Amino acid sequence: MSRSRRDSVLNWTLLCSGSLAGLIVLLIVAFLLIESAPALWRVGAARFFTDASWHPNPVSSRGTFNMLPMIWGTLLAAAGGFILAAPLGILCGVFCRFYASRTLAHVFRRLIELLAGIPSVVYGLWGLVVLVPLIRRLAPPGPSLLAGALILAIMILPTVALTAEAALTAVSHEHLRAAAALGLSRAATVRSVALPAAWPGILTGLLLAIGRAVGETMAILMVCGNVVQTPDSLFAPVRTLTANIALEMAYAMDDHRSALFVSGLMLTAIIVALVALAARFSPERADA
Amino acid sequence: MNRALLILTPSLLLASLSACNPGANRKPQESQLVLTGSSTCAPLVNEIGKRFEKQNPGVRIDVQTGGTSRGISDARSGLADIGMASRNLYDSESALHAFPFARDGICIIVHKTNPIAELSDEDVIAIYTGKKTNWNEVGGGRDAPITVVHKSEGRSTLELFLKYFKLDNTNVKPSVVIGDNQQGIKTVAGNPDAIGYVSIGSASYEAEHGVAIKLLPMKGIVPGLGTVRDGSFPLSRTLNLVTREEPSGLALTFIEFARSAGVHDIIKEQYFVPLAP
Amino acid sequence: MREKTHSISDVALAVAACGAALSVMAAFAWIVGDVALHGWARISPAFLTTPPSDAGRAGGIAPVLMSTAWILAVCMGVSLPIALGAAVLLSEQSAETRRFAGFVRRSLDVLAGMPSIVFGLFGNAFFCVFLGMGFSILSGGLTLACMVLPILIRTAEEGLRGVPRDYRLSSAALGMTRYTTLVRILLPAAAPGLIVGLMLGIGRALAETAALIFTSGYVDRMPRSLLDSGRALSIHIYDLAMNVAGGEPNAYATALVLVALLLVINGAASWITDHTLRAGARAT
Repeated sequence: MSRSRRDSVLNWTLLCSGSLAGLIVLLIVAFLLIESAPALWRVGAARFFTDASWHPNPVSSRGTFNMLPMIWGTLLAAAGGFILAAPLGILCGVFCRFYASRTLAHVFRRLIELLAGIPSVVYGLWGLVVLVPLIRRLAPPGPSLLAGALILAIMILPTVALTAEAALTAVSHEHLRAAAALGLSRAATVRSVALPAAWPGILTGLLLAIGRAVGETMAILMVCGNVVQTPDSLFAPVRTLTANIALEMAYAMDDHRSALFVSGLMLTAIIVALVALAARFSPERADA
Repeated sequence: MNRALLILTPSLLLASLSACNPGANRKPQESQLVLTGSSTCAPLVNEIGKRFEKQNPGVRIDVQTGGTSRGISDARSGLADIGMASRNLYDSESALHAFPFARDGICIIVHKTNPIAELSDEDVIAIYTGKKTNWNEVGGGRDAPITVVHKSEGRSTLELFLKYFKLDNTNVKPSVVIGDNQQGIKTVAGNPDAIGYVSIGSASYEAEHGVAIKLLPMKGIVPGLGTVRDGSFPLSRTLNLVTREEPSGLALTFIEFARSAGVHDIIKEQYFVPLAP
Repeated sequence: MREKTHSISDVALAVAACGAALSVMAAFAWIVGDVALHGWARISPAFLTTPPSDAGRAGGIAPVLMSTAWILAVCMGVSLPIALGAAVLLSEQSAETRRFAGFVRRSLDVLAGMPSIVFGLFGNAFFCVFLGMGFSILSGGLTLACMVLPILIRTAEEGLRGVPRDYRLSSAALGMTRYTTLVRILLPAAAPGLIVGLMLGIGRALAETAALIFTSGYVDRMPRSLLDSGRALSIHIYDLAMNVAGGEPNAYATALVLVALLLVINGAASWITDHTLRAGARAT
């Protein structure tokens, strides 16, 4: 092949790969929209919030499609996990950057990185075998919102900690030296100089962590009890939107199946919005 | 020109992919059968499948659970060659073909250490609708809240349970919702205060193999092979293999095998009742 | 930073930070220790080479390992070429491709944000039903390929960007074609970054469960072809934990195998990153 011909083929191949990568997203979104359309058309968006309950597949009567209890389940579990993980994660970042020696910080960060890679199903296994029986001794039945929130907290903590640590490390040395020159204590430096400067990066990590918590399926499926109800206490079992899709997808037909796609579309929209927000605060660092 | 090409090519690729396997028709393979559906039938069909494989080398029978509704849905869409259903077909499913191959019942299970010996139908209804929430209200002796284990929708065990107790699913107040029979058994075995309902065959099998559950009688009738066979157990059902069209080839051979006398010993081993030939 | 006086707030922050780190480490030690302790008992060469029996309570995970390997192979085999091409495209910005590159990048951000269960939904609807592949390793691998694409492209692009600009300028000065520059100069120089990306992608794919449940199925037998259904390690753990009474010992053992695999892969990726970064820093 002549040299310029080889280059044209190369260019063409590259453009093809690029467009394939871009088209996959369009394909997925198109599928979601197409499959969601029947429910949105026939059932109507309002009924997802106002129907009596979520019983989409009864034998004799018409299905009801109230997703609100599951939306609460998703939000409360994610919020619970976030409330626990955010302060702990930021404090871990502070520890790593400002209170640990070089070696300790290096080891600590490596450990957190390794823990970030542990699959959710392993956390779910531990939750099912260790955490749920513990909670059951406190308040039956055991599988509950609390279990879900705790597991989510453990899962998203590495994200928060790693981004916080990276953001704190990126704080310009001049700022820190100026603070030292002004006689500020370490705590005061962290509080009034480092944290505010690192805030955009930390916020990125927080947003990504919430996104991860909202999208989590397996661990929640294993420890939350999967009862469709708006929880009235921390110890009540809940079902999240993600777990609902996992449970009902296999046999859902027609409007029920379409309703599941609607919930999938909703989840995707929320998480993509979170990720886009996160990217806005951290344009150069796109990973967590 | 370049831009047009680069949009065109991947789209052509995808289009050609879909042209290979039009629509939802999985090309049936002559040496493999895929069965999905009821978690009650799955272990039994798995064992039958293993014997079938031994007698027909080179053939593979793949069994997956997912619930009766999934079995019927997969049979309809072609994702599975045969669906497993632990109930009879409804009118809306009359276009499909069902082949009964065993009988089973549904019974209440509690933890082995639970002192309760029997529950009346009214008590079961009260427990599942949340009107009685403590074991000492139903004669269980202990003061402990009842953990109500309930099946998720799409499971025929749920549908038959609701029909027998004349309950509406919207009135049931569960503590935990589970999917497969095995998951229900495991949940009850792991919780001394739990109550659940599962297939008699699955429960008997697991109980005989050391799992910490016990089966409760219903209306005074003890659940077991004998009472299901002679019809005296109040809540019994038929296990079916379901296909979309008249079965042929490997599917037909397997269905006939599953209904033959040659597998009656397997059916009994799994604590189900073979159908009279 | 050394200070002589310690006010209440200084002590409070120090305690809080160290306390947080300590409790986090303790929680993780509890979890990983629990898995390691319970899982170790069942690990043996036999465990890795025999098929499961008695619904998975006994026996080993040989077919599961094989299925996992095949799913990974399909996933990487499909996504690597696409990722490489897209990464090269994105890292070599020229005026005519700038808008297109922007579109691809934004699409990838959206792709990276999608929850895994949505990939399961899509994979089932598209690969299993629409394309007729049914529950198979092929469906599972292709679905995972869609999932890991953003990670692969991002790390590949970073690797390519890390190649000093001088290399490109020199090759242009020498009159080399784009193809030759790419294949002979850029790719070898970016190789460590690409390998790291590959490993991170594998790690992500290994950890995935929700996307596979509806695409590659549950069957725990040795797969005979790509169109057979196969069970990945993560799904095996899930099934044993949820559905099999007495399945915990093997679930723990499988979890231990999975975690060990991931530790090795991620550890290797970190090691390569450290060493190449240091080498790069020394060079410039």
